[in-house]
Amino acid sequence: MRQNITEKIISAHAGKDVKAGEVVFVDVDWALVQDGTGPLTMDVINDMGKGVNNPSKNCIFLDHASPSSKFELSDSHNKLRENAEKYGMDLNEVGYGICHQVMAEEKVRPGQLVVGADSHTCTAGAFGAFASGFGSTDIAVAMATDRIWLKVPPAIKVEFTGKLHRPSTAKDVILSLIGKLSARGATYKSLEFTAEAPSSLSMESRLTICNMVIEAGAKNGIMEADGRTLEYLKYERPQEDAKDYNLYRSDPEVDYEEVISIDLSGITPQVALPHSVDNVKPVSDIDEAIKIDQAFIGTCTGGRIEDLKTAAEVLNGKKIKKGVRLIVTPASARIYKRALKEGLLEIFMESGAMIGTPGCGPCAGIQGGILGSGERCISAANRNFKGRMGCTDSYIYLASPSTVAASALDGVITAAG
Amino acid sequence: MKEKLTGRVHRFGDNISTDLICPGKYFHLRSNIPELAKHTLEDADREFTKKMMPGDFVVAGENFGCGSSREHAPIIIKEVGAGAVLAKSFARIFFRNAINIGFLVMECNTDDLNDGDELIIKPSEGIIKDITAGKDIKSAPLMNKMLDILNAGGFKEYVMKTS
Ligand code: SF4
Repeated sequence: MRQNITEKIISAHAGKDVKAGEVVFVDVDWALVQDGTGPLTMDVINDMGKGVNNPSKNCIFLDHASPSSKFELSDSHNKLRENAEKYGMDLNEVGYGICHQVMAEEKVRPGQLVVGADSHTCTAGAFGAFASGFGSTDIAVAMATDRIWLKVPPAIKVEFTGKLHRPSTAKDVILSLIGKLSARGATYKSLEFTAEAPSSLSMESRLTICNMVIEAGAKNGIMEADGRTLEYLKYERPQEDAKDYNLYRSDPEVDYEEVISIDLSGITPQVALPHSVDNVKPVSDIDEAIKIDQAFIGTCTGGRIEDLKTAAEVLNGKKIKKGVRLIVTPASARIYKRALKEGLLEIFMESGAMIGTPGCGPCAGIQGGILGSGERCISAANRNFKGRMGCTDSYIYLASPSTVAASALDGVITAAG
Repeated sequence: MKEKLTGRVHRFGDNISTDLICPGKYFHLRSNIPELAKHTLEDADREFTKKMMPGDFVVAGENFGCGSSREHAPIIIKEVGAGAVLAKSFARIFFRNAINIGFLVMECNTDDLNDGDELIIKPSEGIIKDITAGKDIKSAPLMNKMLDILNAGGFKEYVMKTS
């Protein structure tokens, strides 16, 4: 039976060969929750009264309110700490990092099956793993039993040809793809990415692309692991042995529902206009001056070291526009330390930016950097739904970290030169 | 699952996100469902919870519930007493979450369902009768696995019964 990579990974975890459309139970390698979805997951686990099957597979992250902005959230954090202690589950404290980034740095291996009570769990597909987001109850059952049921998704293949040219980055690639597919163009499906020159895409870029497949409704995004993946893993986790990784490849001549070809050399800086992520335009097509009040570099989409580096290059030695607030929030403590060592944080501070605690920052309107009425924010995040950053009457524009930085300097939306 | 549901239509458009249903600014209320439910769909229709009568239906276009995995989105729609959500299509995680909490979601052509229309729904037959417009609509059948979960009252209940 010819299978694509997603079908192969699901087969390996179902204990039988599967194809798209089948409903199967699969073994789970990792199950994660965060501070917004986790408390409900713990309630369900406790109600079921069976405990958890293998606590070492379960990860809890205190990242959305990092640090907590309300006493109710502090109480939720304590509830998660208590349950982690009770069941012996891994708890990642406030300030340690966004769940998806920490999973990438420390946990996910090629060929694994990852489920999480957070929609951007799909990020981990960048390692050649199957990763998908679910709700609290599904993850409670996954944590309790190490299993979850799912329908094997049909796949759309996205082939990248050519190479990206500066200042365009992975964020521009995925924004332009979502613009083409629409916010529901890949609902229930797998988006499988291949590249003519795979090594040209850094792991950071792959994580950004897989992170946003949910914005087109997809169940998972996936890229085969290659030399670049192994290099990244060796650097981030020298203690692991590459022999333990399962490197799956799609069989040649498998059928895809659709094949989309994207020439990376033709990608220019993109922006998603309010209030929908598929409302995408090249920055060069914006003919009015869109004045911004806030600029935000961070999140599980745009807060990695490569993102901070490209932003710092743009900001180096310059000052942000008076009246604009620039918030930079490294996605994890590891990234924070590297940015500090490499002098990036100093560049940000000198430009007039402020640095946030590793975590989700103002991405979901929970803390630090909530917009005011009528305000406009350009953000390196993944969502610009109405009200997303805490105020119904505000406007979010999504772009790459370098476009965000350039816009902070100009005070209006503009791409880096 | 009830044999027959009756109620009125509360009409919404396409791409109703989980941020519109359950805004992130009330993140801290997630441990207090009755309080959180006071803000159900607030950013899509400020008056919704005032107009909503128990049993009424939330009716929308494409891609209902897109965005985050927060199960609180279907939970608060259920909490305010909605009988079901009907939409032309649903985002994957929202759909699954709704079934998991034992809440009916039906995929059907909602184009002709107007705000205020009286509906009678027979979930097991997948039939939606629009009394006001005098029209019947058929919904897409639910996957067997999902029907079992819904009939058990939710996934937690299903797991507790079957294992
Ligand atoms: S950074 Fe934003 S999108 Fe990513 S997990 Fe946090 S809240 Fe969700």
